[in-house]
Amino acid sequence: MTSGKSYPLADRRLERSLEEKHALYTPAEAVTEANRCIYCSDAPCVAACPTGIDIPKFIHKISTENTKGAARTIFESNLLGSSCASVCPVEVLCAGSCVYNTWEREPIAIGRLQRFATTTALSQDPDLIAKTKKPSTGKKVALIGAGPASLAAAGHLALEGHRAVIFEKKSVPGGLNSTGVAPYKLYADDALREVEFIERLGDVEIRTGVGVVDGKADAVKGEVSAADLLRDYDAVFIGIGLGSDHGMGIPGEDGPGVVGATAWIESMKLDPKASVAGVTRAIVVGGGNTAIDAARELAQLGVEHVSMVYRRDEAAMSGYAHEMAGAYKERVELVENRQPVSVVREKGAVVGLQVAPTTGGKPTDGERETLTADLIVIAIGQARLTQLASAFPGVELDDKGRVRVDEATCRTGNAKVYAGGDCVNGGKEVVNAAQHGKLAARAIHSSLGAAPGSTGKAN
Amino acid sequence: MADLRIKFCGVESPNPFWLASAPPTNTGDQVRRAFDAGWGGAVWKTLGNPIANVSSRLGGVSYGSTKLMGLNNIELITDRPLAVNLREMAEVKKKHPKNVLIASLMVETKEEWKEIIKKVVDVGSDLLELNFGCPHGMCERGMGSAVGQEPKVLEEITRWAVEYSSVPVIIKLTPNIGDILEPAYAAKKGGAHAVSLINTVKSIVGVDLDNMVPLPSVGDASTNGGYCGPAVKPIALHLLSQIAREKDINIPISGIGGIANWRDAAEFMALGSTTVQVCTAVMHYGYRIVEDMAEGLSDYLDSKGMASAQELVGRAVPQYKEWGDLDMNHHVVAKISPDKCIGCQLCYVACMDGSHQCIHLPGMSDDEKRARGHVAFPKDVPDVMALAKGAPAGARVPFVHEEECVGCNLCQLVCPVDGCITMETKRKGPERLTWNDRVESGYVVPGGLDASK
Repeated sequence: MTSGKSYPLADRRLERSLEEKHALYTPAEAVTEANRCIYCSDAPCVAACPTGIDIPKFIHKISTENTKGAARTIFESNLLGSSCASVCPVEVLCAGSCVYNTWEREPIAIGRLQRFATTTALSQDPDLIAKTKKPSTGKKVALIGAGPASLAAAGHLALEGHRAVIFEKKSVPGGLNSTGVAPYKLYADDALREVEFIERLGDVEIRTGVGVVDGKADAVKGEVSAADLLRDYDAVFIGIGLGSDHGMGIPGEDGPGVVGATAWIESMKLDPKASVAGVTRAIVVGGGNTAIDAARELAQLGVEHVSMVYRRDEAAMSGYAHEMAGAYKERVELVENRQPVSVVREKGAVVGLQVAPTTGGKPTDGERETLTADLIVIAIGQARLTQLASAFPGVELDDKGRVRVDEATCRTGNAKVYAGGDCVNGGKEVVNAAQHGKLAARAIHSSLGAAPGSTGKAN
Repeated sequence: MADLRIKFCGVESPNPFWLASAPPTNTGDQVRRAFDAGWGGAVWKTLGNPIANVSSRLGGVSYGSTKLMGLNNIELITDRPLAVNLREMAEVKKKHPKNVLIASLMVETKEEWKEIIKKVVDVGSDLLELNFGCPHGMCERGMGSAVGQEPKVLEEITRWAVEYSSVPVIIKLTPNIGDILEPAYAAKKGGAHAVSLINTVKSIVGVDLDNMVPLPSVGDASTNGGYCGPAVKPIALHLLSQIAREKDINIPISGIGGIANWRDAAEFMALGSTTVQVCTAVMHYGYRIVEDMAEGLSDYLDSKGMASAQELVGRAVPQYKEWGDLDMNHHVVAKISPDKCIGCQLCYVACMDGSHQCIHLPGMSDDEKRARGHVAFPKDVPDVMALAKGAPAGARVPFVHEEECVGCNLCQLVCPVDGCITMETKRKGPERLTWNDRVESGYVVPGGLDASK
């Protein structure tokens, strides 16, 4: 078994100045909350969980102080149960479908209970799940990208006795859990602790700083090629997520003071030099969850005026209403029905964002105005990493640049190549990536000649 | 406002609420504060030759997040000098002449009984309660429940006490016995004026699984204790009502066992208690709970048109019958209200695994039902969504197939929503028909052993 290696993070990181949203339950708090759960039969919360965790079962186990059993139930369906406990939008998933809502009562705090179970059980026994690993099969699988999809797949494969080698371009594994999740939900440290948990599950190796390329690999740069992987491994899993932030394509955009949202969040979470010193007015462009995250983080970091500029109205935003409600509480302002047309600079420094009014999301000839800003964060989507996926013969993309897979198996057009996570669904939750990883692992395991369906439980 | 005053063996109590002999009545200061809070009477912590106690002494049972559903103790009778208790009893009686002061007693020899009875009567005790119930520690020394379990000894000591006492004598009975009527008859024969029950149930409250020591632990070991609190109420109700309906006994009963509020008190009274004694609830929440008890009982009596608490005593006793005298033509079936259902399906799983498989889910084929364990397949199971506000998507309201429903109540008991499942009366026949009637007419349920024919 690969022993867990640590990925050192700088002590002074901006994300650490943000407070955790929910503290870890004490055992007494967890038991009290668990006892509120009425243990539904065929519970709606289970149906609402993309990984199908048997929620009433694990909560019942918490109520009997069978905390390790609770964690086993969670990990059986979702090896990323630790991070999902903190980052899942439970308001629209499990807790959102809790029968207590029907009863007009506060739903069970499922996420917090899950965090309690996973954290407590793994602190008591870090090898709780690792000890269930099966003997080595001698098969090996390459996984591209060390984000949630690959980590989940690697974990399930390792438990079945396969070797899993993850190739990660960045120096820090974990994907968006490490670089993109709002710190008040999950700090990078905790994301990396989960990476180490996956590494403990069996023969899992993470090669950071290694890019996978189309065409010939440059060994000096530490690259490997898609063809190398197809030749050297029994299967390949593509979990590369999304590419860099889209730009707005407007005058003045290039230069200091204008950043992509995922790049900005990553620096806030990982870069010890990141700072918002001197920023008093920040504008976030976009209406999705990344935009809301960035805006809330800026506000929480003490930026005096934070506004979001969105080209449609609030009802059309793709960001969650409960997140937007949180943003309002943090005094984020929403500027609806406006589209940026140029970045205004003085002596090179950003001083404002000129916007045009819109109707139905399209700019009109109406009067333009300039919103004062010294930082502009662009959160209008990310590019697709189409080239890399296409480097594997037979792998097809849809018209939005997403990798096409079979839903039940996550298999691509190439029988040896599987894919999951954001590169397949265009950008969803960690829990969706975890489910893809699990499905792919199960299919890979069965394709490698082992009994089908022995990877995790059905769901 | 109903009159809460009650007469017990000729002694008037301001209300039926007494404190049981236990830690809350350990000292004069405590009993004074209890009377100030509104308790009608107090049975002083059992007097005798002072004892020495161990530590720890109490163990609790939680149910879910509810603490002290049951309480177990291994504390003995008073550990204070008799003279101190007697002095404080006199002081309390002087300050609260209208409250009922009951001396609980436990000694060994005839001479001791004679001496202690004189002393407690002299300080103004209105009643005596002979503790023949304590099931831990004292019974090892031939007292407490050791007496309560030996009807002949009980009768003899009762006779002594009645002879020596100028005030009425209550015999406190132990539930740790096969037939409660034996000690009750013995008390009656010995001349007792009343009985009180139940004393605590012999118990071990739990085990420390790390150290393999039962609870509550006294260092490296423990012993059995006496169990009380809400958990024992059903046991107490049964035992006291057995005595209440025994016409040949016919003496007042002071009910004890898990009483925590006015409703518990009303139930005990309806089944034959003239007064009720409380301990665990006071140990949990303090003397203050008596205010709710008095207010709640008074409002209840008013709502039922009863002018006094005395009128409530024994009202439910005639309705406690033998099983063979119940009406078999009475039949109820469960009905689920879709507008209240929250779709938890607890009734479904309870009926499937714990009852008679008569609750069905919408949208399931007969084959699926068969696979799940159904044996009957009603047509037209309505496809009802949970209709309450914010209902989760999908048809989740279960349906009761009346023909299969045996009317057991289980679904109603597990349903978390008050009033969602009701039991509707669907008589099987207009006339009253009991099992005993059927046996008399020669009826035999088919399908039994050949040898039974």
